[in-house]
Order: sequence, then structure tokens, then C-alpha cells
Amino acid sequence: MTRARSAQQPLHPPRARTGAPRPAGGRALRAGVLAAVVLGLLLPIAAGLWETLRAAFGHFPAIGATGPSLSPFAALLATPGLGQAVALSLWTGFAATALSLLLALGLCAVAHARLSGSRGARLLAPFLAAPHAALAIGLAFTIAPSGWIARVLAPLLGWDRPPDVALVGDPWGLALIAGLAIKEMPFLVLMLLSALTQIPLREAMAAGRSLGYGRGLVWMKVIVPQVWPLIRLPVMVVLAYSLSVVDMALILGPSNPPTLAVMLTRMFSDPDIFALLPASAGALVQLTLVLGSFAALLAAERVAGAIGLWWIRAGGRGLTAEPILRGAAGAAAALLALGALAMASLVVWSVAFRWPWPAPLPESWSWRAWRTASGGWDSAVFNTLVLAGLTTAASLVLAIAWLEGEDRARRGRAGWAEALIYLPLLLPQIGFLYGLNVLFLRLGLRADLFAVAWAQALFVFPYVMITLSAPWRALDARLPRAAASLGAGPWRRLVAVKLPVLLAPMLTAAAVGVAVSVAQYLPTLFMGAGRVATLTTEAVTLASGSDRRIAAAYASLQAALPFAAYLAAFAIPALAFRHRRALLGGAA
Amino acid sequence: MRLTLTTALVAAFALPAAAQDWQETLDAARGQTVYWNAWGGDGRTNAFIDWVGERTEDRYGVTIEHVKLSDTAEAVTRVVSEKAAGRDEGGSVDLIWINGPNFLAMKEQGLLHGPFVSDLPNSRHVDLSEGAPATVDFTEAVEGMESPWRLAKFVFIHDSARVEPPADMAAMVDWAEANPGRMTHPDPSNFMGATFLKQALIELAPDASALQEPVTDAAWETTSEPLWDWYDALRPNLWRGAEAFPENESVQHQLLNDGEVDISMAFDPAAAASLIAQGLLPETARVFVPEGGSLGNVSFVAIPYNANAKAGAMVVANELLDPEVQAHMQNIEVLGSYSVLDPGTLDAEARAAFDALPDAPALPALEDLGDTLLEPHASWMTRLTQAWTERYIR
Repeated sequence: MTRARSAQQPLHPPRARTGAPRPAGGRALRAGVLAAVVLGLLLPIAAGLWETLRAAFGHFPAIGATGPSLSPFAALLATPGLGQAVALSLWTGFAATALSLLLALGLCAVAHARLSGSRGARLLAPFLAAPHAALAIGLAFTIAPSGWIARVLAPLLGWDRPPDVALVGDPWGLALIAGLAIKEMPFLVLMLLSALTQIPLREAMAAGRSLGYGRGLVWMKVIVPQVWPLIRLPVMVVLAYSLSVVDMALILGPSNPPTLAVMLTRMFSDPDIFALLPASAGALVQLTLVLGSFAALLAAERVAGAIGLWWIRAGGRGLTAEPILRGAAGAAAALLALGALAMASLVVWSVAFRWPWPAPLPESWSWRAWRTASGGWDSAVFNTLVLAGLTTAASLVLAIAWLEGEDRARRGRAGWAEALIYLPLLLPQIGFLYGLNVLFLRLGLRADLFAVAWAQALFVFPYVMITLSAPWRALDARLPRAAASLGAGPWRRLVAVKLPVLLAPMLTAAAVGVAVSVAQYLPTLFMGAGRVATLTTEAVTLASGSDRRIAAAYASLQAALPFAAYLAAFAIPALAFRHRRALLGGAA
Repeated sequence: MRLTLTTALVAAFALPAAAQDWQETLDAARGQTVYWNAWGGDGRTNAFIDWVGERTEDRYGVTIEHVKLSDTAEAVTRVVSEKAAGRDEGGSVDLIWINGPNFLAMKEQGLLHGPFVSDLPNSRHVDLSEGAPATVDFTEAVEGMESPWRLAKFVFIHDSARVEPPADMAAMVDWAEANPGRMTHPDPSNFMGATFLKQALIELAPDASALQEPVTDAAWETTSEPLWDWYDALRPNLWRGAEAFPENESVQHQLLNDGEVDISMAFDPAAAASLIAQGLLPETARVFVPEGGSLGNVSFVAIPYNANAKAGAMVVANELLDPEVQAHMQNIEVLGSYSVLDPGTLDAEARAAFDALPDAPALPALEDLGDTLLEPHASWMTRLTQAWTERYIR
């Protein structure tokens, strides 16, 4: 029912709707929200960028460097392997984005009829919940030449030793691309499913089929051009993320030289404090890389549009495209299976004692990893929970305030506002986080849990906002209107009508918030000055140690927390609304 | 073994006076808390430090507070800034686990208390004759400013069920040719990777004594040339064609356990036995040492000049040299670190304590470990890793 209605609703609702005159309270709410977003999100990013810029041009009085000078750039250029690192970042970033997008399109083309938005969310939840680092640790073991798959194949193929090929940390970054695709493809699928509800899908399909186009061709020629504008921003988020990811690239990417973002992270934590200057210069290069990639994406969009137009006009029909779509969907399913295997391997490793090559399962088992970790994981779990709780609660409140402000103003979201929300996700984290840290230190704010929470919220808020916006707009407008006609004021309508009706999507948004917070690596590392240990920072650190069992215990916990949050998000509405099926959203 | 004239003299004549001085130290130490700044990255070492603390508290009323560092340089920086702030007494650091460049920095800047080692009664169990391992730290003379407590020695680990190890570094080229892709070393930006190159540098150098002096361009040219010839021959047969290297020795141990390589390395002769006991290596893992011996160094403890609990720190340093403590430390189930004591100076009871230590099949006998090669001057290591990066990463 929700879906059917929102199908007629455009992404940006028309500005003026009929109804009561604009309530005055709305303006104060909107001003408050805007102030919170500008002061809490925009200003820190701008200030962080400014500090980075100054350091990049050799101005950093705290360590006795006064600029401006170009020597940081000269030092950066002299860093061995820089060119290769940049090329590697570009290649892995674009390849992972293109792969995720193509597979997501293929999967949706084949399966969208059976996947409603909420059902899709439920199926994909484990992949959305799994933090990048945990997935990377599991994947590294699963696909390594001496890994799980190879150990199962070894007796069949007569391998006495694992083959000497780089499958993890390979110079082409293929493992990194696969890891990114496992994480990003489900995100794009979810965005696609939500976008598909906003276009007249069924009509387009029926019209296309009656004109003799196969399903695949209708999809490519009619549907994709319509959904593209709706998923352009999420694709840009994926691109920006893939170009500048650190934790996953540390674990799955090549090490010598690594991607640019990893190289810079190392420079930022170099014991030689003057390495901060070329590192900041590198952060600007990373920023340029991302912005340049956006330009390239938009240029590619034009070219593809022109070619597509010519292709559509040529009018080819038939079933030629079916195998391509099926292939993409198959590859997507295979990738998800690989991801599931990776997560399973974490659990097995965490209870293994001795597990040498070529045993397909541990020789001996033990709870030791869980017991040994108890000296440390309790505080890491505590920090992680506090951070997730703080950031999610703050982001959810802010998002609700924003959306309610839009409702009261009776207007849709302006383009600049949409861009504002997405901004933290479009800029590479490394471009402004260190600068932000410097700023905090200069202001005398300590590197503590609060600083980390703030930095994490920069990234949690956008995701909460993205997740909550569509269901919020899809809310049946007749409900608050009926409440208003019965005399309920705006606050009562919000608290007594909208929020209860929107409980399921709010919990989903909260689960997304928890997952994003738990997965944050760089903000925790930089703003916590290494002193705020979370499951993510511990798992990434342990991933480079020799004890895969303890790393697996941390990674399992790291994945379990957001997963529990998703489970709760599905279970609570089901329990609370067990007698009100219509409130269960698209699940009914 | 070697009982030098000095130690003999100390033993014969100086003991009564020294014993009286030591009693004064013990009296002063009672009730003190020693803030021992020590790298905290190893759980077994941390547990050992706790154990020592319980012991000094029981016996001398000295409490140990382990300040866990992620890098020893943190403690050095703390003392430096205290000196800059004019805090010449009541400093926050009482004892530091230290060696190499950090020791050199503190000694050169006059940040250390001492000499104090010969005042420790248990130093009579340590070979302090000139040139003995416990008297030189990365070519810098110790001069009684830091007291030894555990031995570190570079060893290789291999899986004896799988391969026969090469005899020395030079033989590694043929070994790798016969077993292509089956060996590697940690990235030279890592301490262990640099140590691997240093081990080869010493073995292959035409004149290894040049390494004991600070590096010069001329010495660099002649000394490093054979190393690069050797490495160029070895490189094509390294794991992954030398395109990738494990980040550190822990990762390489994992590669050994995964069967991806046949050789790993460690700075601890008990590493193989310890890793087996922890389930991290197959039970057939064993250590081996190149025929000409391997790099070794000693871990020391030093007392900052402004330490608040100098007497307590000396009591802890002395306790660390107690034969019972050293035997406990060498126990494979505890730490498995080799003792710094000279067995010749021990009485029958102490020797029995060492002999009674549980054995593990992967634990090498002391005589199998060969000679200990001295660490080159610190400048060589810097130059070596730089040169490696310039040659092979572009």
C-alpha cells in the first residue's frame, strides 16, 4: 500500500500543497535545525579543510613551520611510489563503483518484482550491517591462496602447498575491489529499490514489452535512464568512499605501495612530526582526486546519454539483453555468497585453537580468543556502544527535526539542502579529519569520546537522513490532516501520529546509524588520538597481527552489534504492531 | 665461564662495604612505588612484570606500577619535557625498559641516573667484562647506566616437517632457487625486516668491523655492495616475486602457519616454542640460526636522572637479575626469554632451577644458537632501509 502511493509521488514534492496557512512554529524549528547542521556539521568540515590547506602549504606554527611554501608538495612528490598509489586509488575506486553499480542494476532487473524495499532491506541487512573492516578480515582469509576456499580445493587438486599467487593484497587491488563491491552493491540495490518506487515502472515495462522489447532491453533503454538521476548521489557517495577507503584497503589492498589514502594515513601517524606537512598536501591531492572523479562521472554521464540516445533511436528489439542481466545477477549473488562465507569464517576462526594449512577446519578448538580478549574487548565494546548510542540518537533527533521542519514549511528539499546532507559523504575523510583534530587541540578540546562522537556524527547523520527521508515523505498525508481537523497542534500531530506510524522506518534508520557508527575507522583513529579504542580500531590493528583468532573475535563482535541493531529494528515493530498489520510498512 | 679480574676483585674485597650500601638502598626503597615505563604490547611480558611486582612487594615493600607504552620513545619524551620544565626531582618515570637509539639519546643528553649497575648485588651474575654483550648497546658503551634483564637474539623459524633450512644467509640464494616463492622477509620499514637485511649485511660484509663505526659514504659503498648482489639474486625467488612483503614478523608467522612460506623469523630464540604453545604454528616448527651466528642484543632497564623512586628502581633492577627471577623468565610457559646471567657464576641451587625448567621440543639448546653478532651502529640501519626503498620501490 505504501509503495503504490509513493509511486505517484515525485522525489521532491511540489512546493505548494493545499491546506492550512504556514504555522509560525515551523520557522523557529527550521532555523534551529539549520543552525545545528551548519555549526555542528558544516563548520567543522570547513575548519578542518582550512587547517589541512594551511598545513599543506607549510603553515603549521605548532611545530614551528611557517609558510606559505610549496615544500610539503615537493616532499610529497618525492615519496616513493606516490604515482602508483594515485593510479591504484583511481583504478580500485572506479572499478569497485562500476562493478557495484552494474551488479546492483542486474540484480534489481532480475529480482525487483520479488523484492519490495523492506524485504530487500531485510535480505541485505547482514551485508549492510557488516562493518567494512570485519568483512575485509573474513574475506582475506576466505579468498587467500591458503584460505578457506583453497583448503577445500587442495585435496581435490592435489595441492601440497598453496599456489604462490597474490589473491589478497594483489598489485591490481582485485581483492580490494571485490571487498568494496560486496559492501557497496547492497547499498546501491537498496537505493535502487527505493528509486524504482518513484518511477512508473509497471507501465513502462508493459509499454516496452508490447512494443516487442525484451525485459532486459526495456530495463536498459527505459528504466535505467529514469532511475539514474535518482541514484546519482548514492553512486557518487560510493565512488568517493571507494576512492578514499582506509580500513578495507589496509587489509585487502596492496601494501607496497598502498592506495593513496592508506599511504597518507601512515604519514599522518609517522613518528616524525614534520611528515604532517606532506601528508596534508597529500590530503589535498586526495580531495582533488575525488572532485576530479565526480567531474569525470558527470562527463561520462553525458557521453553515455548521447550514445544511449542513439542506441534507443536505433530501435533494436528482442531478447538479446537477457543473458547479460542474468549474468550480472548471477555474479551479484556469487559476490554475496562470498561475503556470507567471509563472515562465517570469522566465527569459525574465533573459536579455533590451531588451524594450519591445509586443514579445512581447525585441528583443535578453544574459547581462548574470547577469554583472552576479555581483558580488552569489554572496554572496546563499551566505547563502541556509547559512541553508537550518542551519534545515532543525536542524528535521529536532528533528522526528525529537519523532516518535520520541511513538513511544516510545506516545501520539498532544495537542491542545496540535499547537497548539504550528502557533503560529509562526498568529501574524502582524510581531507579534513586531521585538520579538525588540530583545531580541536588548538581549542583545548581533548581527544576523548566526545570528540570522536562528534566526528562520527558527521557521517552517521547523512545516512540516517537518507534512510528516513523516503518513508517520511511516503507517510499518508491524510493521517496528520485528520488529526489536525480534530484539533491537534503540530507537536501533537508529530508525537501522537507521525512518530508512532513511522516507528519502523525510524528504527531502521537508527540501525543504519549504529552500523555506520560502529564501522567508522578514520574518525575514531584521528579524533581519539589512538586513545579511544573501539571494536573497529582494535580489529583493524589486530588484523595485522599474527593472531587471526583474536582478530576474528573482535571482528565477529564488531559485526554482531549492528546486526543486533537491525534485528531489533525488524523485531520491535513486528511485536509492537502485531495487531496493526498496515503499520508494518511494506512488509505486509 | 669468564670471571674477570674486576668481578673477582669486587667479589673478594668490595663485598662488605657494598653490602652495607645496598642495605641503605633497601631501606630507602621500602614503601616506594616504581613507575616502570615499559612497552605494553605483549601480554606475556605484561604478566611477567606483574609477577615481578608481587615479588618485590613481598620481599622489599616496593610496588611496581607498569606504565604501558606503545613506544619507548614516549617515556624518553616525558623525561625530556620534564627536564625542559626544570623538574629535576620527583620525575614521573622511575624505570624504563630501553635499548638502542633511545638509550643513546638519553645518555647523550645526560638524562640518566648512574652509573648504578655495579652497585646491584646481583650484577655479579652478569658478565660485565669489556665487550661482553651486556656492556654494549647498539655499539654504545653502557658504562653502568642501564642494567640488563633479558636477551634478544635473531633466529629463523621453519617447519621441520616441510623443509631443511639453509645453512647461512649466503646459502639462502640457492635454497630459494630450489624452493621458489617459499621464503620472504617483513617489509624493511619494519624493525624485523630491517634486522633481516642487517643480518645479511654483517655476514656478507668484506670487513664487518666497519659496521661498528658511524656510516660514511665510502664505507657504505664497499660494505653494502655484496649485500645488493646477494639480494638481487635472492629477490626473484621470494614469495610473490618480491611484489609484496608481510608487514611484520607476526604476519610472517601467520604465513608460515598457512603454509604460504617455509621460513619466518623472530628476535626471540623461544619464539617457535612459544608460538606452538599458543596454537599459532604447527607443532613441527623449529628455530635455526645461520652458521656464522646471528644478531643479538640485550634489553636493559635504565633510571632517569630525576626519578622519584631511584632506590626502588634499583631494587627492581636488581631483582630482575635474581637467578630465581631469571629462571622464571626463561620458563617457556612464562616468557621464554633467555637469561642474561653468566651460568659460570651461579651456585648449584640456581643452576638446578634453570635445569629444572620445562623443556619444549621446539626450544633450542643454548649451544645451538651460535655466536652473537653485535648490532651495527644505528646509522647503518637508517641508511640500509632508505637504500632498500630507493632501489626496490618505485
